Amino acid sequence: MKSGGSLSIWFFIGLSLLVNGALIFARGIYETINPPVNKVVLWELHANVWWGGLLFVLGVIYCLRFSPARERARLAKNS
Amino acid sequence: MNVALMLSSSTLVHLSPVDLVIIIFYFGLVLAIGIYLKEQANTGEDFFMAGREMTAWVAGLAFLSANLGSLELMGWAGNSYKYGILAAHWYWIGAIPSMLFLALVMMPFYYVCKTHSVPGYLKLRFGQASQALSSISFALMTVLMSGINMYAMAVVMKVVLGWDINFSILVSSVTVAIYVALGGLRSAIFNEVLQFFLIWAGALLIPILGLIEAGGWHGLQAKILQNLTELNAPNPGSYTHLWSTLGNFSDNPMGINWVGIVFGLGAVIAMGYWTTDFLVVQRVLAAKDLRSAELAPIIGAAFKMMVPFIVILPGLLGLALLRDPNTGSLLRLVPADLAWSKAGEAQGLHGYDEVLPLMLARYCGPGLLGLGITALIAGFMSGMAGNVSAFTTVWTYDIYGALINKNATDEGKVKMGRWVTIVGVAISIGTAYLVMHAQSIMDYVQALFSFFIAPLFGTVLLGMLWKRATPAAGFWGLFAGTLSSIGMYTWSKLDPGAVKYLALSSQAQDQAQNMFRALWCWLVCVIVTVVVSLMTKPKPDEQLVGLVYGLTPIPREEHVSMFQSPIFWGIVVAIAFLILQIIFW
Repeated sequence: MKSGGSLSIWFFIGLSLLVNGALIFARGIYETINPPVNKVVLWELHANVWWGGLLFVLGVIYCLRFSPARERARLAKNS
Repeated sequence: MNVALMLSSSTLVHLSPVDLVIIIFYFGLVLAIGIYLKEQANTGEDFFMAGREMTAWVAGLAFLSANLGSLELMGWAGNSYKYGILAAHWYWIGAIPSMLFLALVMMPFYYVCKTHSVPGYLKLRFGQASQALSSISFALMTVLMSGINMYAMAVVMKVVLGWDINFSILVSSVTVAIYVALGGLRSAIFNEVLQFFLIWAGALLIPILGLIEAGGWHGLQAKILQNLTELNAPNPGSYTHLWSTLGNFSDNPMGINWVGIVFGLGAVIAMGYWTTDFLVVQRVLAAKDLRSAELAPIIGAAFKMMVPFIVILPGLLGLALLRDPNTGSLLRLVPADLAWSKAGEAQGLHGYDEVLPLMLARYCGPGLLGLGITALIAGFMSGMAGNVSAFTTVWTYDIYGALINKNATDEGKVKMGRWVTIVGVAISIGTAYLVMHAQSIMDYVQALFSFFIAPLFGTVLLGMLWKRATPAAGFWGLFAGTLSSIGMYTWSKLDPGAVKYLALSSQAQDQAQNMFRALWCWLVCVIVTVVVSLMTKPKPDEQLVGLVYGLTPIPREEHVSMFQSPIFWGIVVAIAFLILQIIFW
């Protein structure tokens, strides 16, 4: 897509998913090792581990696919 | 700002450090996007129309996100708790047909005439009087709505998180002012797309975990029926049926029948909103070519169909699963004014609109909670940015450029746009504080906004499809439609007995009244436009090229494969829409 520069909107989205996913995943792992006193409903499913992991993986894919280097190369090729 | 004031102890949820990091990271990211895009917003076309270079995906997701504010999310989750699955009509028949109509019928005219705004189209089609009426109304209503949303969001943040109202208003409005003033529409669109992903990432877990807990859709239906029967609610079985209870006004919790839903909502309010409200149409006008502009609303429609999964379903799950943690009895949510009154707070009552945060707190621990709250904040800021960027464009092109300084240069317009963004945010803040001291204003302004949309749709529709519609008819039709809507609203407020005439049933709730009022004022607009047109002289055909169906050659791309064709994808979305209606009939 044309985003007006070498940083695509999809790169920003990837960055957001990556950072949020990493934080949630890390917190999930911590909670699995040190279970909290006040648990949320269905805590035993460890949603923060697999949901955080999923967001992180999606974030990595987006960041690589729309990295500034690749975007610059694409813009150079089109021009 | 005193941190102790910001974080009171009696709140719905408590944030941990990781939640705060996620929220702060979001604010940092949107500001970074605004700063990064500043250098690409130098001309009027860049600043106000994002350079008209957005792909169909970006324009489509922004088109949807501009409407997907946090009040929309929480409000409709609350409505689904109150009215059951009937609330999904606002996402399906109240959106999908009109989005497809915009894409395949109206978009070519907006795009071909290269207008900057919907009032701009009215100027080309009907002249300056219609443009002035629509642009002044739109600009006024947009900033007022922005302020009202700002206040309502700040109240929710206070109830949910215990944040000070002034703190919420200040931080969010300053952030929006900075990134829109710097990057213009492109910055607003980028953040809307980011918000779209955050909303799904933050809210999707609620229905997934909720359905697991409830035992799937059938388990959810059984639990709702059992709970509502226990509470002696009328028609407990109607809360999970979309159409089968719409034969009679008294068979469903909304007090509406299928005529109000199909014609009032689907044919008038939704058509008016999705095809003429510049807040959403502006996103599609930023598309890079006509095919992208046609595909964008179709992409938006495809995702809009899925939104009930993260909005309506949590409301229904609340009906089925929420129980008082102390007594174990069913938790019954109440209207917001009761819940947020001193008596309500003392009794620990929760408002309908709190059902989404309640479900969020039920399933989401630290980290996930921060992401969910970030989604709500992002939704609010994105909605506000949408209002402000649309206001800025309409002010600069349709009021300043058309009425005040007709010789303004492109550079002057960009400068004006940046300042007006800040002024628009400042007026919104003023409105927020005005509402804080006079809550009844909120009802009137929200009603005023709806007054304008239905007649505007009548005017634009006749303008595009009927070449005989004259400039005088365009103005008087719009004026009469708006006036009749205000008149009906005033009548029903002064005499509640009027509801049985205006909404065809004395049992009609607010939403049902809105549907029928929209239908009648649209009819008034159309009738007046037709009558005045037949009495006045039309524009010659050559002046209507590019503006009216039948006189405008629509550029079509040759050799486009079936999978690139907007018509093909429009049909796919329409079939999916019909299947959903049958499944949840």
